Amino acid sequence: MQRRDFLKLSAASALTAALPIGGAHAADAIELPMYYPVAVGGPIAKIMDGYAAAFHQANPDVRIRPIYTGSYQDTTIKALTALRGGGNSAPKMAVALAVDIFTYYDQNVLVAADDLAKGDKAWLDGFYPAFLANSRMADKTWSVPFQRSTPVLYWNKAAFKAAGLDPERAPADWNEMQDYARRLTRAHNAKSITDWGVQIPSSGFPYWLFQGLAIENGQARLASVDGTATHFDSPETIGALEYMVGLARKNGVMPSGIINWGTTPQDFFKGRCAMMWTTTGNLTNVRKHAPFPFGVGMLPKHKRYGAPTGGGNLYVFNNTTTEERAAALRFIRWVTAPEQAADWGMQTGYVATSPAAWNTGALKKYVAGFPQAAVARDQLQYAEPELSTHENQRVTKVFNDALEAALTGQKSSAAALHEAQSKADAILRRYRA
Amino acid sequence: MAAIAPVLPRAKALYLGDHLVAWLLIAPALLLFVAFTLYPAAATLLQSLYSTPMAHRPAHFVGLAHFQQMLGDPVFRQVLGNNLLYAAGSIPASVALALLMALLVDARIPGRGFARMAFFTPTVLPLIAAANIWLFFYTPGYGLLDQLLHAFGFAGHNWLGTPSTALWAVTAVAVWKQAGFFMIFYLAALQQIPPSLREAAAVEGASRWHTFRRVVLPLLGPTTLFVLVNAVIGAFSLVDSLFVLTQGGPDNTSNLLLYYIFQNAFQFWDTGYAAALTVVLILILAAASLLQFLFVGRRTHYQ
Repeated sequence: MQRRDFLKLSAASALTAALPIGGAHAADAIELPMYYPVAVGGPIAKIMDGYAAAFHQANPDVRIRPIYTGSYQDTTIKALTALRGGGNSAPKMAVALAVDIFTYYDQNVLVAADDLAKGDKAWLDGFYPAFLANSRMADKTWSVPFQRSTPVLYWNKAAFKAAGLDPERAPADWNEMQDYARRLTRAHNAKSITDWGVQIPSSGFPYWLFQGLAIENGQARLASVDGTATHFDSPETIGALEYMVGLARKNGVMPSGIINWGTTPQDFFKGRCAMMWTTTGNLTNVRKHAPFPFGVGMLPKHKRYGAPTGGGNLYVFNNTTTEERAAALRFIRWVTAPEQAADWGMQTGYVATSPAAWNTGALKKYVAGFPQAAVARDQLQYAEPELSTHENQRVTKVFNDALEAALTGQKSSAAALHEAQSKADAILRRYRA
Repeated sequence: MAAIAPVLPRAKALYLGDHLVAWLLIAPALLLFVAFTLYPAAATLLQSLYSTPMAHRPAHFVGLAHFQQMLGDPVFRQVLGNNLLYAAGSIPASVALALLMALLVDARIPGRGFARMAFFTPTVLPLIAAANIWLFFYTPGYGLLDQLLHAFGFAGHNWLGTPSTALWAVTAVAVWKQAGFFMIFYLAALQQIPPSLREAAAVEGASRWHTFRRVVLPLLGPTTLFVLVNAVIGAFSLVDSLFVLTQGGPDNTSNLLLYYIFQNAFQFWDTGYAAALTVVLILILAAASLLQFLFVGRRTHYQ
């Protein structure tokens, strides 16, 4: 491997010496296959290819080859399978879920971002700390924030007006949200409520939005930093779940049972729910499709403000040579630089990852014309890392199952969460020192 | 190829030549069978006896530990139970519906071509795409089902989000998906039945029901066996809609064996346990096919 690269390198330098023409570089460019998922609407693939081309133009000796690999989950499946198989077709980099850090770490396939940056601490410190939190473990930073999101509250200003509420103000805290929701809930016929006050979607991965409630209730982290312990049955977590279950089952201001993640924006557009919690990644979608004026607010506070972060980071794998690592770092620094991060945020709806990006002229102008876009940024100071542990998917599933059991009324919040905690303990025990 | 054999002088060479030709002829099929069926099955069986390899802990022999783990795994018991309900719901319903539709479009009804196409369409649609349509049928409030209920003054229902209905909602999609496919086989079989048999029954004064029960249904026997085997396989392998509709929720109430295998293999990366679950799935399918050939097959009348 190394010898071949040495030969390649000497061949390249020989060529450079013989033919000092720009075009000759391209043929010997370092090629870096990069897997990436598409998790939101919009022409992500086109943007990604455009970035790779623009980067190659500025850096003729490196060629990033973006390879679309499906959902986040598909991307991790394909990357780990290809890395196990080895060979030249395996990816050298990937965009993957920030919370999959333990999955990759436990498979021993990563190069730490610190090691890539070779002591340039200032660069990594330029990102929002809330986004970096999910990259850190074992005293190192393993991935670089890229396509990040956080949940916010969207509200229908027309419905607020109709219910006699101030259409320009989001509910500030839990009590106010419940009170607003009560006033916004309407029945279309005697048997059925069809216009709900609020929807907090709970299908597939209920833990993410629920985490917002848990943080607001004082449980800042659901798992320890080293990913070996969870806090699923703390009084704060249980209290948060009781509030969420109560919205539906006690107060009747949210549909009971599981609320579908995918149809919730549609419910919002059709006036079937006046407030919805969902990702900032939906901002462009809502802006395009909502047939009424809408507002975007921070998640309402309780004991404190709070929201989890979400989304994907850039990872570099350890099947890379020294030269490839340097080239990967160049691309990562280029694509996360303020101008580029601002462009990515505006084109996709993801939250630009550094304060410097929000200070660029382009993003300032965008926010001036569309102030809703800045809510996610302002909420970041209260944000906490997303739930992430060793055997992340298995532990998260245990937690999701418990939330679903409580939301559908099969178990009490406390019973479901105590059970989840003991299951998580059983899974994580062997990772504890 | 066969023409070469008689030219060879000795009987032994003839014998060998025949064997060689025979092996050559089945080689392509055999190769595919070994590569894509036999080898994966054997590899799965072997893997199920080894632990899941980790970065710092390579796979080691654990014997039947995974199967023991299964006995104490409440989710496994639940998905197995769910899968039996799913099979009990989807197999009879889809086979009966297929037969009914085949009888309908075999008769001379107006718009027969259109009806045949409409019944067959679900088979052609990719299940993921179809499930996205069903997602909006089931949507509480303004979904097709709830709109129907509201029109008649009933309360709506959260079909996919309630433990008591999630599994049945998923089962209905499977029936809808499979019935059209089975209908094609019944339709072909119905058209193979010689008209003289029905005429003879009519001359004897048999009622339409009697003709169907005593003449048509027995002649459809081999088709029914084939369809049943396929329906059983479908009940354990047709789980794509779960990815869109429920992800196995709420709290595993609509989770099925194959989806649980997927979760273990590709979400939890527990390949050893997933292999053991796969062995169980293979055993269930093999046992089901064997039982059908033994009991239903024996009573099947082949023309």
